[in-house]
Amino acid sequence: MSSLLSVKDMSINFDTPRGSLEAVRGVDIEIPAGMSVGIVGESGSGKTVMCRAAMGLLQGSNVKRSGTVVFDGHELTAMTKEQVRDLFGSGMAMIFQDPMTALNPVRRIGSQLSEGLRLRLGMSKADALARSKELLELVRIPNAAAVMKSFPYQLSGGMRQRVMIAIAIACNPKLLFADEPTTALDVTVQAQILQLLRELREDLKMSMVLVTHDLGVVAGNTDYVAVMYAGEIVEYAPTTKLFADMRMPYTKALLESIPKIDHKSGTRLDVIEGRLPNPTDRGAGCSFAPRCKFAKEKCHEEHPELKRDPDGHLYRCWFPIGEAL
Amino acid sequence: MLRISFWLQRLGQLLVVLLLVTFGVSLLLRLIPVDLATILLPVASEEERVILRTELGFDKGPIGYYLQWLGNFVQGDFGKIYFSGGTENVSDHLKAAMPRSLLLMVYTQILALSIAIPLGVLSAYRAGRRADKIISNSLFALSSIPNFAIALLLIIFIGVKLAWLPTLGYAPLADGVWEHFKYMIMPVISLSVGLITTYTRLLRADMIAALREDYVTMAASKGLSDRRILWRHVLRPSSVTLMTSAALSMGGLIGGAIVIESIFATYGVGFEVFAAIAGRQYVAMQSTVAVIALFYVFFNLVVDISSGFIDPRTRDRRVNA
Ligand SMILES: Nc1ncnc2c1ncn2[C@@H]1O[C@H](COP(=O)(O)OP(=O)(O)OP(=O)(O)O)[C@@H](O)[C@H]1O
Ligand code: SF4
Ligand SMILES: [Mg+2]
Repeated sequence: MSSLLSVKDMSINFDTPRGSLEAVRGVDIEIPAGMSVGIVGESGSGKTVMCRAAMGLLQGSNVKRSGTVVFDGHELTAMTKEQVRDLFGSGMAMIFQDPMTALNPVRRIGSQLSEGLRLRLGMSKADALARSKELLELVRIPNAAAVMKSFPYQLSGGMRQRVMIAIAIACNPKLLFADEPTTALDVTVQAQILQLLRELREDLKMSMVLVTHDLGVVAGNTDYVAVMYAGEIVEYAPTTKLFADMRMPYTKALLESIPKIDHKSGTRLDVIEGRLPNPTDRGAGCSFAPRCKFAKEKCHEEHPELKRDPDGHLYRCWFPIGEAL
Repeated sequence: MLRISFWLQRLGQLLVVLLLVTFGVSLLLRLIPVDLATILLPVASEEERVILRTELGFDKGPIGYYLQWLGNFVQGDFGKIYFSGGTENVSDHLKAAMPRSLLLMVYTQILALSIAIPLGVLSAYRAGRRADKIISNSLFALSSIPNFAIALLLIIFIGVKLAWLPTLGYAPLADGVWEHFKYMIMPVISLSVGLITTYTRLLRADMIAALREDYVTMAASKGLSDRRILWRHVLRPSSVTLMTSAALSMGGLIGGAIVIESIFATYGVGFEVFAAIAGRQYVAMQSTVAVIALFYVFFNLVVDISSGFIDPRTRDRRVNA
């Protein structure tokens, strides 16, 4: 199977006042064409940084990157910023985590939506505006004409997320990164947005990277799942395989801890006992060891390598579940 | 409906400010422990002074005096300037001085903003890099030179040594555009330097903050060029502080360019204040200060209105508040 996106040995470090912060560590991942791949992990595990780095969107002078990214035959990591930019819109696009902050607060929806169409697809202003309205209708926004003239703060969270989806799919991308598209929304709206994404993916034949902290979201919406922990991919398998035969203690803990969301404040509660290791000072052993029920001495001393089952199931654990001890 | 009541409220507030400022100045005048009539008419007879006292309301209490002045002021009678040969109307002086000050202010703002905006955008974009450091350091060096020193340097080099521009005086636009600008260039540069520094710093700080926002990454992910992102997506939401500061310094330039107006003999409103104080023309001073306060209040309103255009959220916050 050909892969649309292939990330090899990607590491991302941020220089911070407290030292170098390893946000992503040696990640390898393939996104097969036409498939949907879920990326699951707790807050701070590096999901957003990984996606943005894969697209070449990490800004700032404090970022150190290594590794290679190949998208649709183009080696992004060897291209200039301008060349990569030409792939945005019709090649790759991204839905951002928080629809409140990801839309420009002082520009009308219509101009934010039509801008990409005019610049990337060379449409005339009138065509771009007409197409924008269609796109808003496509993402099921009622009275699209009025929304075109609105500012983001005048819309509800769900509407804003729909607008963001419309912007992302405007130029018909081959690969859509959806960075926690539903985390900021309440449960009923979450289901609608996921439904919409499923349909759009079908209609537009998009591949998708679906980032979430919720294994439940992964179940019905992805073909493959990568589980991230402390900047690493710790388990990777076809979605059905993962749920049937989980190898990684962390994934199991994630599944057992039904994600609890505090709806009043919108913040997530700690669902697994303990916290992520300090990202500026990772220990020598398995990153999950301090929180792992199965941890043994070896776990604290040696960093587990990624192991591959004959069926392609990957995991990073000395004592995987289901293995005779 | 709500919007109208917001503006009425805002106008009311500004009116109160105006009244307080003018009353304060008026009260200060009356606190001077000398006979104002003697100061205004140093070589007049006692009868003439008595007439002047009743005419100006010096014989009334502070409130009575203020009300009389206010009544005249709102009718356009700003009082008189007294000197040995007779009197001149303050309003005639202001009529001559106001266009000079207004033009000086407008040119200064245009020059300062058209330099500060690109500098601010560039130094925010290159924050921490060489271009940013060069800009910050040069501006820091420039801002440590007071504007009168810049004025004097310009006069010495451009005015005297090179003799490119006249060093003193003013020519109205009616005398020809170039003639007019010959007199304005040096005062405008002197006044702009400090503003350029302030504006650049304000814009740089706000833009650096805005550049960290998700909507900037979002714009980049649409495949827009950095240039377009900076100018179309980041500049406007980052310019509220800059515009506020610019509008407020307009008021300051109208009445506060005293030193520069004196050095270049531009004789605008600032100079009128200076002349009124130096010549102990208290009534003239009171009215001129009131006019300047009016301009401050006016530019305050301009800030309110324009920030609604720059950031639509402020408009609705007003309605909801
Ligand atoms: N620009 C940056 N500078 C320094 N550190 C950063 C930067 N961006 C992210 N980080 C750090 O990198 C780590 C990974 O962050 P990331 O946003 O990728 O997490 P995430 O998995 O997306 O979490 P969430 O579910 O909360 O979105 C965190 O420790 C974060 O603090
Ligand atoms: S390596 Fe050890 S600590 Fe890490 S997940 Fe496996 S059992 Fe747990
Ligand atoms: Mg994230």
